[in-house]
Amino acid sequence: MNYEVVIGLEVHVQLKTKTKSFCGCSTEFGSEPNSQVCPVCLGFPGSLPVLNRSFLDYAVKVALALNCKVQEYTKFDRKNYFYPDLPKDYQISQYDLPLSREGFLDIEIDGRHKRIGITRVHMEEDAGKLIHQQGVSLVDYNRTGMPLLEIVSEPEISSPLEAYEYLNNLKSIIKYLDVSDCDMEKGSLRCDANVSIRKIGEKALGTKAELKNMNSFKAVKDALSYEIERQAQVLDSGGKVVQETLLWDEKQMKTFSMRSKEGAKDYRYFPEPDLPPFIISADRIGEIKKNIPELPQEKKMRFMKEYGLSEVYAQILTCDKEDAGYAEECFKAFADKDKKPVANWLIGALSAIASSHNRGISEEKLSPENLIDLIVLVEKKQIISNLVGKSVLEEMVNTGKSAEAIIGEKNLAQISDSSFLENLADEVIKENARSVQDYKSGKANAIMFLVGQLMKKSKGKANPKLAQEILKRRLENV
Amino acid sequence: MKLNTLTAHELIEKLGRNEIISSGIVRSLEERIKEVDSKVRAYVRKGAQGCQVTSHKDGELKGVPITIKDNICTEGFNTECCSKILDGFKPPYDATVISKLKSAGAAVFSLKANMDEFAFGSSTENSFFGTACNPWCLECVPGGSSGGSAAAVAADEAIWALGSDTGGSIRQPASFCGVVGLKPTYGRVSRYGLIAFASSLDQIGPLTKDVRDAALLTNIISGHDVKDSTSVDMQVPDFTKSLEKDIKGLKIAIPKEYFVEGMDPEVKSTIEEAIEKLKTLGAEEKQVFLPNTRYAVPVYYIIATAEASSNLARFDGVQYGFRAESGKSGTEGSLIDMYKRSRGEGFGQEAKRRIILGTFVLSHGYYDAYYLRAQKVRTLIKRDFDEVFKDCDCIVTPTSPTPAFRIGEKLDDPLRMYLSDIYTISANLAGIPAISVPCGFTKKGLPVGLQILAKPFDEEMLFRVANAYEQATEWHKVKPKL
Repeated sequence: MNYEVVIGLEVHVQLKTKTKSFCGCSTEFGSEPNSQVCPVCLGFPGSLPVLNRSFLDYAVKVALALNCKVQEYTKFDRKNYFYPDLPKDYQISQYDLPLSREGFLDIEIDGRHKRIGITRVHMEEDAGKLIHQQGVSLVDYNRTGMPLLEIVSEPEISSPLEAYEYLNNLKSIIKYLDVSDCDMEKGSLRCDANVSIRKIGEKALGTKAELKNMNSFKAVKDALSYEIERQAQVLDSGGKVVQETLLWDEKQMKTFSMRSKEGAKDYRYFPEPDLPPFIISADRIGEIKKNIPELPQEKKMRFMKEYGLSEVYAQILTCDKEDAGYAEECFKAFADKDKKPVANWLIGALSAIASSHNRGISEEKLSPENLIDLIVLVEKKQIISNLVGKSVLEEMVNTGKSAEAIIGEKNLAQISDSSFLENLADEVIKENARSVQDYKSGKANAIMFLVGQLMKKSKGKANPKLAQEILKRRLENV
Repeated sequence: MKLNTLTAHELIEKLGRNEIISSGIVRSLEERIKEVDSKVRAYVRKGAQGCQVTSHKDGELKGVPITIKDNICTEGFNTECCSKILDGFKPPYDATVISKLKSAGAAVFSLKANMDEFAFGSSTENSFFGTACNPWCLECVPGGSSGGSAAAVAADEAIWALGSDTGGSIRQPASFCGVVGLKPTYGRVSRYGLIAFASSLDQIGPLTKDVRDAALLTNIISGHDVKDSTSVDMQVPDFTKSLEKDIKGLKIAIPKEYFVEGMDPEVKSTIEEAIEKLKTLGAEEKQVFLPNTRYAVPVYYIIATAEASSNLARFDGVQYGFRAESGKSGTEGSLIDMYKRSRGEGFGQEAKRRIILGTFVLSHGYYDAYYLRAQKVRTLIKRDFDEVFKDCDCIVTPTSPTPAFRIGEKLDDPLRMYLSDIYTISANLAGIPAISVPCGFTKKGLPVGLQILAKPFDEEMLFRVANAYEQATEWHKVKPKL
């Protein structure tokens, strides 16, 4: 049977303010357990929270970038539940008057555009981390009180791939704002997914399952695909989907039930009396808005318009803010109006090298000017072939030397001396009678083999275009 | 004259003239404690710590000692809210009021004052360390929850003291023990380091032998604190200046509703005499109405318990204080077991009652009917006061409907116990300042307190009226015979 998929994502993003949400403790990652704590974030009796203004500023920035309406009047609430990683046994969060609502995020898949609604973006404090060892459980409170944003999407995502794209775009936007590392492995971005299916055409939502414990965007996609398939099988066999929380097991590529969610848990929310409600002035919002940089979507449109790139290319090059900046410098350093050769080198050869180093293209020590020099030598002056160019690029990245220096040192310049090439062509023709015969009998492809032989003899330095011309000419006379 | 019987301002004067030294005051207090505290039980953990003091003699207080309620954090000294669940808790920091006192030159007593567990009570009977007694009648309660602070001051076991007031916890014991007690405006004094009972109602305030001391102490502890977002950033006047003003022509409001059923006839007549006294000093009496006051007790017991249920969640046996040994181990069941046992054994009856009440009123499906409605009525109560203060300078009421009651008398009847706060609770709900001053005695010799209330941040009015009254009477000079 065919089903329609309904997915909603709940993303938690840890903001990289210098200090925690409500105290002066450092937010640095990876420190000695319980070294970044104080009476406030440990919830010691008598301690009181004080809002970190950068937390609010960062939060407003994200809300605006996600096209949300920032509320003028907002407040914090307490979410009450007992757990050892929560020192006060309540979490300072936002309930009925969140910082912002009604935003959206655009995604595109195979040229098809879709707008996903964002229900709300609100502020809350993070909990600590439990470490379970044999027989004992330990608590690290370094993470306690770190500033978090909860970004809740509308249930408008209709496939695992859309969810994947939503997450990619969300991460891209937040990284552009420079307010979070969005690193799922370090836990600075976490994602839970709600998923249900229903018969196509049906209005009522199916029973949903909540998926947790996905450690990468790919894991989110895989877990959703698995879960959709599972629910479809349940329904196909006449069963009913149970509302429950499922944990994704990445090794087994399966979900496991954590607990059944029979009724909503009662968190007994009420307004946090230690933090008076606050008003965010329109001026302040305006000020923050002014500091929002060009976001990936706008940059992509501009790259298409200004540099004549295809949407796919522009999308790839604008995904990361630093890489986009690097690409733009390269485009500017390239004199021709048509920037496609530059885009090809960036997305092709350079990206391949950078990703083999686990880096972005902007992180390689290669100045845009040097890269453009190389591109000019290959594409315009044809001093070296594309193939040689790639190896020169690799050496440039590794050594920091210029293209010309490497070509000079290694004597890599292409040979365009026709008398020398003619001699080589004659040799090749003599030594490869069979292929010559093939060519003569109409197998046009045989010429490529002969060019290859010539290139081999020249140790790769022959100008391949010229070599082919000369070979063709000589073959006519054979 | 024994130094422990003097007021702080008298001692500061003597210290200034080098007639006495600070350690002499401490010694006289130690002797007095040794002499009478086995009867009064104003202090807790006497054996454990002795009378260490931290003093900075350079400030204006010149080393005058001060006694602190057991719910205000004192660095390195046990602060346990008179609860088993905070067993052995020594805060690694001082409350803001303590830092302020230290830099003003106070000698902070390590011995802490007895109180109802977590300030839950009106009699100090709910202390894990045992009931404190009223110095005027040892069979009676000293009031609560700052009963230890009030009794210590009344019995000359303290020069002055800090208490906390969530629904009358400074004023009612001040009234029962015949001392002065002030609850400042909400936001006037930092709550940082006060172990929270109900965050939107709690305020720290002074318990003293006279109004001048109360003004002096309020001067020191008041002011904005960056560590407390609910403390208000505004200029603090010199409250001792208010003591120079008379009360001629002031309009004093008498709320009709406060003088009806349930009120002890002796208290009634004493208060009426006090009002007459104020009139002879030149004040004008005006009858007013505070119609929503009748909802104050239920509103208070919803809001205060709701906040308390959340504030006390952190006492779970994980980080500090008392932890019961878990029966099982290595399972999630063992964690829940630890929570249940630690809280079950660590909290007293009244604390449990309030946690359960507060958890209930915040629960899904009840929140709107209880908590939300209570907040709305709270606004109405505040409006009643705003209305009165439009054309009155202050309001005068009894502090408590009865004098000190007998130990055990109301312990099994929480509702009757809760009603003893009927006149004090509204000030906390409205956030306004209020003071209690001694205004006479019953035939049995139990003190009666007069409560004066003023508009927000007008403590000056309270000191002015209270001081004028005190100067015209002798009640504050009478000492209990122990």
